[in-house]
Amino acid sequence: MEKEKQVQIMTQQIADFVSYMARVLPDDVEAKIKELAADEKNPLAKTIYETMKTNMQLAAELKRPSCQDTGVLQYWVKCGSNYPLIGELEEILREATFKATQEAPLRHNCVETFDEYNTGKNIGTSVPYIMWDIVPGRDDVEIFPYMAGGGCSLPGSGKTLMPGEGYEGVAKFVLDLMTSYGLNACPPLLVGVGVATSIDTAALFSKKALMRPVSSKNPNEKAAYMEQLLEDGINKLHLGPQGMGGDKSVMGVNIENGARHPSVISVAVNVGCWNHRRGHLVFTKDGACQVLSHSGVKF
Amino acid sequence: MEKKILTTPISAADLEDIKAGDIIYLTGHITTCRDVAHRRLVEYGRKLPVDVRDGAILHAGPIVRKVDGSDDRYEMVSVGPTTSMRMEKFEYEFVKETGVRLIVGKGGMGPNTERACQEFKALHLVFPAGNAVLAATEVEEIESANWKELGMPETLWTCRVKEFGPLIVSIDTHGNNWFEQKKVEYNATKEEVLEDIYKHVQFIK
Repeated sequence: MEKEKQVQIMTQQIADFVSYMARVLPDDVEAKIKELAADEKNPLAKTIYETMKTNMQLAAELKRPSCQDTGVLQYWVKCGSNYPLIGELEEILREATFKATQEAPLRHNCVETFDEYNTGKNIGTSVPYIMWDIVPGRDDVEIFPYMAGGGCSLPGSGKTLMPGEGYEGVAKFVLDLMTSYGLNACPPLLVGVGVATSIDTAALFSKKALMRPVSSKNPNEKAAYMEQLLEDGINKLHLGPQGMGGDKSVMGVNIENGARHPSVISVAVNVGCWNHRRGHLVFTKDGACQVLSHSGVKF
Repeated sequence: MEKKILTTPISAADLEDIKAGDIIYLTGHITTCRDVAHRRLVEYGRKLPVDVRDGAILHAGPIVRKVDGSDDRYEMVSVGPTTSMRMEKFEYEFVKETGVRLIVGKGGMGPNTERACQEFKALHLVFPAGNAVLAATEVEEIESANWKELGMPETLWTCRVKEFGPLIVSIDTHGNNWFEQKKVEYNATKEEVLEDIYKHVQFIK
């Protein structure tokens, strides 16, 4: 019975948080957008930043999703191997997604492939998608809910390069995307880059990169250096908000990486739009919840 | 600077002096219209159930809810533009058939839309995306809903709006395309930027 109660409370807390996340930006994103807006000189870009600011105020005030596209829900979970609800977690996340869909309300964005119908619940086959990492010995769980909108999912792509193309090829792949599909994905973007062995590993890392705070750095010195080079490089393109021109271009570039086969180097890119709806929660084994991404939210 | 406001019905002459990069606002009516509606009209030859001649369409899939105590009245919760480029393959025929004057969406559009804007005197405009609550508060009322069988995002929601915007002109009636012009600049700079980055990322040696 106690377990049942814990499941019930946790489900509601996640549902409430997802609804909240649909209208309030995480602290790191809010701070970065503020900074970019303050530094902007281009009048057209300033108008757009002004619009963004008004919108976020209205979303919080009227308690409505700040963007109509509340995405397909994805959750990255870093689950302790001793976390007691490990077996219930998937069902908790599905149920929380359904609840938030009704309560927020969120747009119905789950279309079953091949049968091509909208489930109307935001849950379906592998939706919400859950990325599992098991952390040996820990008894808590970290959950990163993410709303993957259509606009910012569209640029998603990857390529397995030959080592001869090197990191130069990686840089070119990222920048080419910025000046093509990236323009429509609601810049200033957070750019997630995965560098690893086969294409699936690179793709997974590129999404995990978006779960990292905006101004964080890759622990590897060279990878961090490349993050900075790419960020500065993309900023020099002056893409501005909405890709319509401005002083800067991106919120940041996050690279996540893994080792590779000597014969290949894979790169994948996933981007987060300026309205980057990503959360970070921790639940202890007893069910106490802490919100790390959004200050001022308490359960 | 004074706010430039267009009111539906809009004539070709109203758009004559408006240039790519200008900011305008819209008062009157706008109907959401996206992928399937374009397909039905252009590929299956079906007539749009709403007359948008001299009017405006919005590439968008909103969140709406029923007005309390009503069965067929809706209010706008959250509405914002979706990627216009998805409608590019249909837009020339669409403008030709419907006589629409303003196409509001997100990001740029291509040569089909440019040609339509020039030949039939229409504009493509960008509502800064991700600002769906602001846009919803600029909708005074949803006056009708058509093709509801397509589901919430694809239904044609006809909205009465007041000073709906900011709307940034991406394609004007003279064939100027803001995004295409910008892309030329971006791509030229990109080559220089890459040459510089290459020098610093020779990690495989």
